[in-house]
Amino acid sequence: MAKEALDAWRAKLRKIYGIYTGVFVLFVVSLWILESMGLDPKFIGYAFLFGTIGVYAAIGIISRTSIVAEYYVAGRKVPAVFNGMATAADWMSAASFIGMAGALYNLGYDGLAYIMGWTGGYVLLAVLIAPYIRKFGQYTIPDFLEARYGGKLPRFIGIIAAIITSFTYLTAQVTGVGIITSRFIGVPFELGVFLGLAGILVCSFLGGMRAVTWTQVAQYIILIVAYMIPVVAISYKQTGVPIPQIMYGQALQTIEQKQRQLTNDPKEIEVRNIWKNKADDLNQKIKGLPDSWSKGKAEIEEKIKNLPVNDLKRAEAEKALKSYPKTPEEAKEKWKKDMQSAQAMSKPPKSYVQPPADSKGIINFLALTFCLMVGTAGLPHVLMRFYTTPTVREARSSAAWALFFIFLLYFTAPAYAAFARSEVLTNLVGQAFSSLPAWAAKWAGVGLINIKDLNGDGIIQFSEISINPDAVVLATPEIAGLPYVVAGLIAAGGLAAALSTADGLLITIANAISHDLYYKIINPNLSPSARVKIGKALLLVVAVIGAYVASFKLAIIVELVAWAFSLAAATFFPAVVLGIWDKRMNKAGAVTGMIVGLAVTLYYMIGSRFYGVDWFGIKTIASGIFGIPANIIVAFIVSRLTKAPDSEIQSFVDNIRYPKGAVGAGKEE
Amino acid sequence: MVEKETLERYWGETKKNMLTILFIWAIVSYGAALIASSLNSIVIFGFPMGYYMGAQGSITIFVLLNLYNSVYQNKLDIKYGVAEEE
Repeated sequence: MAKEALDAWRAKLRKIYGIYTGVFVLFVVSLWILESMGLDPKFIGYAFLFGTIGVYAAIGIISRTSIVAEYYVAGRKVPAVFNGMATAADWMSAASFIGMAGALYNLGYDGLAYIMGWTGGYVLLAVLIAPYIRKFGQYTIPDFLEARYGGKLPRFIGIIAAIITSFTYLTAQVTGVGIITSRFIGVPFELGVFLGLAGILVCSFLGGMRAVTWTQVAQYIILIVAYMIPVVAISYKQTGVPIPQIMYGQALQTIEQKQRQLTNDPKEIEVRNIWKNKADDLNQKIKGLPDSWSKGKAEIEEKIKNLPVNDLKRAEAEKALKSYPKTPEEAKEKWKKDMQSAQAMSKPPKSYVQPPADSKGIINFLALTFCLMVGTAGLPHVLMRFYTTPTVREARSSAAWALFFIFLLYFTAPAYAAFARSEVLTNLVGQAFSSLPAWAAKWAGVGLINIKDLNGDGIIQFSEISINPDAVVLATPEIAGLPYVVAGLIAAGGLAAALSTADGLLITIANAISHDLYYKIINPNLSPSARVKIGKALLLVVAVIGAYVASFKLAIIVELVAWAFSLAAATFFPAVVLGIWDKRMNKAGAVTGMIVGLAVTLYYMIGSRFYGVDWFGIKTIASGIFGIPANIIVAFIVSRLTKAPDSEIQSFVDNIRYPKGAVGAGKEE
Repeated sequence: MVEKETLERYWGETKKNMLTILFIWAIVSYGAALIASSLNSIVIFGFPMGYYMGAQGSITIFVLLNLYNSVYQNKLDIKYGVAEEE
């Protein structure tokens, strides 16, 4: 596009999204007024849910297209700032929006691995990859692998890795959508999943990347507004200054001081000993498997036999039998988990701000941070966004904008966590069970907060509270005493975060199959309109499969998402970076590197998770720490032992290194 | 076409920029994490500095690094005459 046209286009976009933001604020304010006039909170939930999905649907319909370049890369005319917002929404999932503050609450310093890991990757992306990918200028990452290394094999490995990493991630997002919709409008989880599915499809089906991009910008605006309001209010309530990012230092001091007091509190020690006994009991039971399993089962069955039919205790025992592990293996897994959490509760609270004291803890912290950083820079759905800017120059500044927009949320998350923790330590611990604060009673009712009077003294001890990570962001509006409309806003924000990520992933998977596999490998004679049609059909199929898998609500999904980072880090990242920065890298090196990286990472993941493999005490979640160097070293050695890439490839590499002109091998369509 | 020699010098400077940025990137994240417990003895405005670096300090520097990279590389393009024609 010419410069004048581009400037006019930018001005138009600013105007559209400016008006959009104004209308959204008006919408929230008028719901707030209606609430104070007595509108049922149920309708506020409906208004947020259907209102926002309606807007996404409208954008999706306006952005419909059947042109290849529009469908795959939004016509390459997304200005840097807007691509930054879209990338930020694409990147920040329900886990960032709802889960991260809670993880910080529970983990203290250890949780900071997520803050640094999920932002630091954007430095790698901006410096090592984004501008060069844009200069190359096709549609997908497998496109790059084929053009750079030659042949279908690199592309094929890229397709497999893209599908594995994106699909687990997609399932988790659809689950997130299901949970949010079911919680806020009170439909069953399965129905929530399919409502969410409709929400996902309206954003992408008609317009592909173009529609996804413009809805993601709209979703970013909603999620960032929603994230800021409760935390500003709680900062004002606790410190008198509405700037949470600066004021939570005071909360940190309160936390440290209160936790020190709790360490030697006799009542706390009493509760910790109860936890310790529980852990010991479970340990005995695990040692006594499989006999302990059948004995436990027989005991419950015996109890049911001896109780009269209508006894309340009988119903209780029947429930216990229903949730009793079905096999000794299942019992081992469950009891081990229970034992670990009981063990954790039996220890005095560790400092919230101190890094891990042992070297194993430090090594794991650094390894996890590294895997998350490299994984972020290797995830195909994020890389793909950098094809959509008008120029190389804009791809660079777009990477900077993306990090800035992500930073706004991540810079604030530690404040959420600290304010919530200081609130719990000040206003929950030491209270009588009979006078729970309203917010605690509400979220305890739905099981997100667990408080049990273990020592029977009627007073809440810190060791008697366990908090689900999701509860921190969800409960903050009530802690701060905000009206229900803010809770609805949080739901809309969480939904926006989950939908935007789900859409980015969905289109990545659909393109990997329709563009990379079908068009580029199986049937290259496809007409442009047929390509777009097949892409759309696959969107539908993949979305339905994703929702189907999500409806089982498998516990392993959350774990698998963390694995996706290590997998992306150990396959894509080295192949793409070496392809740009090492001219001598060739097909043999890249392919063996990717295969070895993938194999080593998978071996350690599965081995450490299920079969007790342990290298240097590294946890499963940081498996990539072995796969990344394995990939790079193998690629380097193999490439030096085999023939250098031919002069055509060498000049292709030269060509993508500077912005001017077009890339020889990468023609525009 | 861009001259081979121009490109080599351009790429040399780009590489140097990349290494500088990644050096700072590593120091403020991994370096700061390694000495976090001693940094924590410094408390500013209620924030123990070790915790602060992990929670806000490092990521603020990340944003500045990306901004610097974008400005620096765009200037470098013009200096070597390899910027895009508009």
